[in-house]
Amino acid sequence: MAELRLENISKSHGREKVLESLSLTVPDGGFTIILGPSGCGKSTLLRLVAGLDRQDRGRVFIGGAEVTGLAPKDRDVAMVFQSYALYPHMSVAQNLAFPLKMRGASKTQIASQVERAAGLLGLEGLLARKPRELSGGQRQRVAIGRALVREPALFLFDEPLSNLDAQLRQNMRVEMLRLHKRLAATMVYVTHDQVEAMTLGSDIAVLAQGRVQQAGPPGEIYSRPANLFVAGFMGSPAINLLPGRVELEGGGPVLSCPSAELKLPLPAAAASWGGRSITLGIRPERLSPGAGPLAGRLELIERVGPESVLHLSRGALDLRAKAPADFAAPAGQSVSLRAEPESFLFFDQQGRRLV
Amino acid sequence: MRSRGQKAAFWLAAGLAGFFSLAPFLWFVITSLKSQGSVTAIPPTLLPEGSLHFYWSAFAGYGLLGFVLNSLLVAGLTTALTISIATLAAYALARLRLRGTGLVLGLLLAVGMFPQTSLAGPVWRILQALGWLNTYQGLVLPYVTLTLPLGVWILTTFFKELPRELEGAALIDGCNRWQALWRVILPLSAPGVFTAAILVFIYAWNEFFFALLIMSDRARQTLPVGIALFQGQYTMPWGEIAAASTVATLPLVAMVLLFQKRIVSGLSAGAIKG
Repeated sequence: MAELRLENISKSHGREKVLESLSLTVPDGGFTIILGPSGCGKSTLLRLVAGLDRQDRGRVFIGGAEVTGLAPKDRDVAMVFQSYALYPHMSVAQNLAFPLKMRGASKTQIASQVERAAGLLGLEGLLARKPRELSGGQRQRVAIGRALVREPALFLFDEPLSNLDAQLRQNMRVEMLRLHKRLAATMVYVTHDQVEAMTLGSDIAVLAQGRVQQAGPPGEIYSRPANLFVAGFMGSPAINLLPGRVELEGGGPVLSCPSAELKLPLPAAAASWGGRSITLGIRPERLSPGAGPLAGRLELIERVGPESVLHLSRGALDLRAKAPADFAAPAGQSVSLRAEPESFLFFDQQGRRLV
Repeated sequence: MRSRGQKAAFWLAAGLAGFFSLAPFLWFVITSLKSQGSVTAIPPTLLPEGSLHFYWSAFAGYGLLGFVLNSLLVAGLTTALTISIATLAAYALARLRLRGTGLVLGLLLAVGMFPQTSLAGPVWRILQALGWLNTYQGLVLPYVTLTLPLGVWILTTFFKELPRELEGAALIDGCNRWQALWRVILPLSAPGVFTAAILVFIYAWNEFFFALLIMSDRARQTLPVGIALFQGQYTMPWGEIAAASTVATLPLVAMVLLFQKRIVSGLSAGAIKG
């Protein structure tokens, strides 16, 4: 059990800057997801925490103690890799026992810990098998088991579910949550899958261009994104972004969007940005067919079970809206949309959210 | 479904290839089992009498056992040293993120291609200066030098194919670099290590040129030189030479048959990922 604190971490591979002065704190017992597109440096970050790579600058603290210069084995962390990295020449039992053996645990201690981990993860019947005789899900469990046998201060997960099929991934997500609750351990979990991030984490840190773009609880990241990148990265279908100018007309402020020949009434509070160029963000679920100020030409309807996603175009803009599952209209027809102005998100020209 | 013609052609080609490579070997095995009289008989007889006389004579009269022991010692030491050094070198070349590892590998390959004749003079001078002529280390040293490129190449290929994450896991699980290499990387590279070891062993076992050059003392000579210098008083001792050649070949054949599976997977590694 320990807090993880990263201070001003920088790392380059050759000339390419991977991480730039990154700081992040994962509270004791927290389950923090590091979410970002591929190549954003999230796996590098995890390897730095584990000590497998060295940062160019910055410091790492685990449980209040600095581990910056320590070898991986002296940091008291455990890591589950995307490829599982099970030792192919060892049986499941030997894989589970390896971290204990390397730390000089006694035979009885090893036996009881292996038994406990196997019980926790349902591996009892597989202990004598070699990794190649296991299914993907079973390998995954062994990898997690190997991480938890020695009760480390910190668990690191590097996209551990990305090699599993959808059904199994969902089951494993639930199991990961249970495991976290049961062990009450500090966990850092790297993924590029926002659904995984939203459902698993008590906190999410969105990483892009070597920096933490925003960190906070999943709900806050989704509903109050710090900038355009976070707004665009979170949510599927993607948020609608309407660039324009705030103009004051008649009674209140409107968004004037010449490329879409659009004048959209804004909440009164937006009046303070009069004359400024902004980007308006509207989540697709906040737009639905009905009487409203916004209309677009229907391009196609995506049926996703409990609801439909409408893809519309208006001038140069592509819009996405949500409709009931049974919504029907011919392509090419103009569909008017009801918007919820209180849910509008505003971003300045640098992409920062305006409050 | 293959036609009969194709099958027949296949077996004919395979049979011919097998015959051409095995015929000399078979011939001296047969010769080694003949009696003194039938060795030089004209026309030669195909079926030997099954006499072990030449074997007895080779060991008792020509000191074959000494050559065998010398060869075992030299080839064994060469293999052990080459594989140890090559393992460390290959691990570094495969894993360190340094510039120029490609250049190092290229240079190694180039060094491996030097004609031996061009090395003979300098090697002899160096060994003479060291006082290592007619010593085991005097032969092992150039053998290690000459076989290292091969060993490093084979092992580098192997190490490169192992996922980096395996070492990461080992390091996090409590290993230092040495332990990660010893407990995780090497066991998984066993086919590569075996392949390299056997090829190096065969090289050192069969090498003639340097062995002839460096070991002029009959008591230190290895099998190829020892056998080549078998001298009778009036005639060439063909029977003893055949017997000694059989003795020299058998360990290699046994070893290759024993590790056949591993060598095949070792030699074909890199072709298919697996």
